Amino acid sequence: MDEVPSPSPTLSPLQDPDYAVGLALVRRARRIRFVETVKVGIVWIILVALLTAGLLQLRFDARYLFQHADFVLRGVTTTIGVSLISILFASVLALFGALGRLSRNPIAQGISGFYISVIRGTPLLIQIYFIYLGLPQLGQQLEEIGRPDLARLFTLSEIQAGVLALSLNYGAYMTEIFRAGLQSVGHGQYEAAAALGMTRWQMLRRIVLPQAIRVIIPDIGNQFIAMQKDSALVSVMGIWEITYRANRLARKDAKFIEMLLVAAALYWILTIVSSWLQSRLEKRMAHAYER
Amino acid sequence: MLTNGEPIVRVHNLHKWFGLLHVLRGVSLEIHPQEVVVIIGRSGSGKSTLLRCMNLLEEPTSGRVEIDGVVIEAANGEICPECRSRVRDLRLKTGMVFQEFNVFPHKTVLENVIEAPIIVKGVPKEQAVEKATELLRKVGLLDKQDVHPIRLSGGQKQRVAIARALAMEPKVMLFDEPTSALDPELIGEVLAVMKDLAREGTTMVIVTHEMGFAHEVADRVIYMESGVLVEEGPPDQIFTCPQDPRTRQFLARIIESGRVI
Repeated sequence: MDEVPSPSPTLSPLQDPDYAVGLALVRRARRIRFVETVKVGIVWIILVALLTAGLLQLRFDARYLFQHADFVLRGVTTTIGVSLISILFASVLALFGALGRLSRNPIAQGISGFYISVIRGTPLLIQIYFIYLGLPQLGQQLEEIGRPDLARLFTLSEIQAGVLALSLNYGAYMTEIFRAGLQSVGHGQYEAAAALGMTRWQMLRRIVLPQAIRVIIPDIGNQFIAMQKDSALVSVMGIWEITYRANRLARKDAKFIEMLLVAAALYWILTIVSSWLQSRLEKRMAHAYER
Repeated sequence: MLTNGEPIVRVHNLHKWFGLLHVLRGVSLEIHPQEVVVIIGRSGSGKSTLLRCMNLLEEPTSGRVEIDGVVIEAANGEICPECRSRVRDLRLKTGMVFQEFNVFPHKTVLENVIEAPIIVKGVPKEQAVEKATELLRKVGLLDKQDVHPIRLSGGQKQRVAIARALAMEPKVMLFDEPTSALDPELIGEVLAVMKDLAREGTTMVIVTHEMGFAHEVADRVIYMESGVLVEEGPPDQIFTCPQDPRTRQFLARIIESGRVI
């Protein structure tokens, strides 16, 4: 038997006579982690330096880049705006998609299954073209049969079409996230709610969803980060977001590397900032319910 | 306890199949108001399923459940169409306490207790809080009312679950192995609350392995095996001179394993 009596589970670290030993171990582990982080940082700096050197060899026009960066920068709000609105709509679609998949109603199941299959089975770019170019064609036909009122519904602005396409597309992919979130809530929670006499809707709204959302929100964050980049595709409709602006100047002045670099850098920064925000959010979520 | 008048629970010829498993084989049971019935038996004997059929958490394959005038009938694996809408009425007649507590982790202790009265019954909030305060005092958790369940011990969680069920003012309380998931030192506090309830005349159906508790608190003990009620009677009779050899064998094994009666 060990000579040292095992501490009772309620002994706090400060009461522990071996506190100093633990403290030294923790500090050592922290130091090692810090040194590792620094090393990784050095590798990043070297990589960026190499990249810059390579670009300078290509005789790229740094002055042009800095002079015109703010023209592209002004597209950031559009990119964020389109992504933000789309992720909201996509979340709503995904919730209904997930409820449909989990439902025992054949109609709900059929509709959500079909939606997910069609959207995931076709490219986002095609979906964008369909909504932006295909829908007005449908509208035209409606106009010919004497329903100009309906026709107007089918002719969407670039932003509307872009948001619709991104929402529909991401909604389908995010259905799985919502389904997993809903299923992560234990069976016992459903049973407890049912035993208390709650209807299915009350159960969902008051008991299941609030718990599922905690699981889902970090994943929505990931999807938002991905969408910021996928929103570049809506530039094909001439929405003045980052990619469209960069592309426009690049073509005009034949400064492709310069402008693409600006656009890429902006997306990159957006991603880094969003990821940081998301990790903070995730930490906060982990500490919920601790009152 | 002497019970007179009409039974409040009537279970008639209840069958439950899980796939090819015949878990309940024609169970009939009547329970009177204020009666405390304890169901014992080994795991897999159908005790929990019987309890869960009584509030339709499991749909009976066939048979009839009636609680305080609400009738649910089932045949050929389906409950009758007009019974569908009565399932919630039946659940409002019963309160259930689960082995795994199933408290709502995203709500504080108080919120756990007032949730269903407000949402399901439409009780005004102040009134629900008043009632919840009284119940939390009764289960000894008034000082924890603003805490989330993550901060509670198993015994405390289970007492919250009991208060939550009582807040709906059910006619019958169903306890499904309420202490089986608890550390031994926490069992006593939950059983104490249940004893209080029994003393106050709460109608209770309890599935448990706590034989000492069963002996003390039950008006009637039922031994169940392989989906049938083998033997029932007052605790003194069941625990001291069981008639059926199966009951005797079960109790002998429990005594061997060291559980005090």
